[in-house]
Amino acid sequence: MEVDIKREIVAVVTVAPDRVVGAVPTFLAADDAERERIASSLAVILRAAVHDLGNGAYVLVKH
Amino acid sequence: MDATVTAVGLGTLLGALARLSMLRVDYRQYPSYPQAYVIHLTLGAIAAFLGAVAIPALLAKDFAAGTFLSLAATQFREVRNIERETLTRIESTELVVRGTAYIEGIARVFEARNYIAMVTATLSTGGFLLADAALNTLPAAVLASACVGAVCIFGLSRAMRGLKVADMATVRPAEIEFDGPTLVVAGNRLMNVGSEAAREKYRTEALAVVIEPKDPNAKATLANTGQRQALAHNAAALLGVKKDVDTPEFTPIVRRNIETGEVNLVLIPAERDMDALLRAVLDTPVLEGAYRRPLAARAARMVD
Repeated sequence: MEVDIKREIVAVVTVAPDRVVGAVPTFLAADDAERERIASSLAVILRAAVHDLGNGAYVLVKH
Repeated sequence: MDATVTAVGLGTLLGALARLSMLRVDYRQYPSYPQAYVIHLTLGAIAAFLGAVAIPALLAKDFAAGTFLSLAATQFREVRNIERETLTRIESTELVVRGTAYIEGIARVFEARNYIAMVTATLSTGGFLLADAALNTLPAAVLASACVGAVCIFGLSRAMRGLKVADMATVRPAEIEFDGPTLVVAGNRLMNVGSEAAREKYRTEALAVVIEPKDPNAKATLANTGQRQALAHNAAALLGVKKDVDTPEFTPIVRRNIETGEVNLVLIPAERDMDALLRAVLDTPVLEGAYRRPLAARAARMVD
């Protein structure tokens, strides 16, 4: 049986590092374009969906 | 040849034919392989034989033979278990899962089809014996048996057909919009799509429909998450879906508008054809486990 994490934030990609505090792997991006690129790569690697919190942070969530 | 043997033989044949007529690759895409055909045809033939011997056994005052029918019932419950288990096991390999409610529905259908084979065999054997006793000519008895069998096959498989979404809802195309990262269909906020590339794919390639329930019964049925998963699975199975295991954001989404009870479905099909999507949604079966009829109770009629 395959064990998988569900409905959990597996990574954060942000352009506003001062607004993310926590134990989740966080990737800093220089600008929106880089954030998009990093998030897209991570989404494929982690098989997660990208969600925009609207505060500069993208969260990658396993559904 | 002994009339009883002919009756049982003919009954078994007609019962097996009943099972064969229900054995087709339908829109559920299942079963679609020779192994499954062999399994179900064999079980169907056994069911038919058990049904066919019932009346001759009673006529011979062999009442113990009746207990074999209960054995048959146990056997067919096992068929349901096998189907459920198989479908549950392959569920993790589906890009868009069927969901437990749909699997349960399919498993029940497989069980029921064996009973139909059995009943067809019983009644056509009875028809043979009755005609044989009354007219005492073999051709007339065979004809009577065949007629009873045909009526059974036609009538019972018709009765098994069940409701479709088309019977309880109207479906219309809808536009896909984005409010910031939020995917919006017909005023209903469905999900947060973070990546701009994914949003662009939704804007250019996705299709959306609004499923509007016709009455409170339909509203309650469509609210069932199993029923909605069946809609997503069917739509994706029939139109294809632009999605792989590493792109979960392109999973077809079916969400309920909690204010109106309408259901919105969005998917990125392999073939972008709205008419085909509408047909796929309308033809989706209403699941037995999801079907609700609140209107049968007074309290629900009072608020309707």
